[in-house]
Amino acid sequence: MVGAACAYYAARSGLSVTVIDRGPVAGGTTGAGEGNLLVSDKEPGPELELALLSTRLWRELSDVLPPRVEYEAKGGLVVASGEASLMVLRDLAARQERAGVKNQEVAGDGLRDLEPHLSPDLAGGFHYPQDAQVQPALAAAHLLRAGRDSGRVLLRLGEDVTGVLKGVSGDVRGVRTASGDLRAPWVVNAAGTWGGRLAHLAGVDLPVLPRRGFVLVTEPLPRVVRHKVYTADYVADVASGSAALQTSAVVEGTPAGPVLIGASRERVGFDRTLSVEALRRLAAQATRLFPVLSRVRAIRTYAGFRPYLPDHLPAIGPDPRVPGLLHACGHEGAGIGLAPATGMIIARILSGGELPMDVAPFRPDRFKQASPGTPRTP
Amino acid sequence: MARDRTPAELVGAAPEQAPFEITFDGRPITTLPGRSVAAALWSAGVLAWRTTRRGGRPRGAFCGIGHCYDCLATINGRPNRRACLVPARPGDTITTQEGHGHAEIAV
Repeated sequence: MVGAACAYYAARSGLSVTVIDRGPVAGGTTGAGEGNLLVSDKEPGPELELALLSTRLWRELSDVLPPRVEYEAKGGLVVASGEASLMVLRDLAARQERAGVKNQEVAGDGLRDLEPHLSPDLAGGFHYPQDAQVQPALAAAHLLRAGRDSGRVLLRLGEDVTGVLKGVSGDVRGVRTASGDLRAPWVVNAAGTWGGRLAHLAGVDLPVLPRRGFVLVTEPLPRVVRHKVYTADYVADVASGSAALQTSAVVEGTPAGPVLIGASRERVGFDRTLSVEALRRLAAQATRLFPVLSRVRAIRTYAGFRPYLPDHLPAIGPDPRVPGLLHACGHEGAGIGLAPATGMIIARILSGGELPMDVAPFRPDRFKQASPGTPRTP
Repeated sequence: MARDRTPAELVGAAPEQAPFEITFDGRPITTLPGRSVAAALWSAGVLAWRTTRRGGRPRGAFCGIGHCYDCLATINGRPNRRACLVPARPGDTITTQEGHGHAEIAV
């Protein structure tokens, strides 16, 4: 998704782009997500700023891309089970509001006006009208198609980058694949969870780690969940650096009918083994939130690997260690949402345009020689 | 649709257990032990017992072996059951499933 957005905005800036993907379109993390475009789950700071810019850009894109990408400005609803977690939400909401995030407190007895199937025993929550959703695989594909239609984007699928070409002074000159060398003055590393590997090919360290997540999919249903609904615990889970299994219910409907149930997080490398424990917890938490879901069947599940950087911020921008190399990866679980702003920033850097925000917090070399997994602040 | 010849008649076989009744959309259907719901409906000439979610087109058994999920029916009030796999039992109530079969929980 991030790569598709980089290609799209770079092409719009008049640049010629070749997208090289070792798999099919959306074959990695993009195709394994829920299509979250969230501002509600982010603490004020650079990531929220990036998310707010992206929210605006996604709205613009929804006019450019066909309806098939299933963009829905449905809004988010964050709920708290008790007074203590409601206080935490209230504090976060107030700070987010000062940063430009619209939200409104909903009393416990008002929650079911917004979501009729919600459990009646919740303490309250917050409604975030800027949260939205998209079908990520289709969005990536149509973004690439829009880029290709401009005549400036070439797509090469099923090709693995095996090396980064460099000039005598160490600057990037292109990439090597099985079918030959591709010369280019700039290489953008948008390899997501595998971004660390591509950085390594270029001779630099970027500690991107996989953080596994499962999504549970129900049978097709009529609309039973209107918003993106999740519990206050989710915010804490997203911000945590723990390697252990964490689950907190995130529930949303889709235009196709199935309800998607997330979200689990665990750092277990690239292990695709089905975790019954993760699924059991997701199902239990979702049915506690929406008792009606205990009457429907889960028909399948899928797993993906979020590209995790130790300080939870993506790496966006030029790598000062290798002239010509730029990074656009490490967005963890927010890559779909943050893609347009990332793409725009990369395009502006490449075309010498004015940057839409301060990108210093996303400096790719901020980790220095940190060993993977060691938390470091920028 | 009555058939002139059935496999049972051809070999002169008779079921050991007595026939029983199920209903399809309120209409009584007589069937035999050991038949799936799909087989029971088929032998009564019923070929479709579900409508598609978007186009409302009729659907019945396609693969007949539990793989294609085309034969979904609402059986005893429970939607999305594979009629080709569920054995018919005396008194079963089969109803045509409209789309996803969960209209009652829509908001």
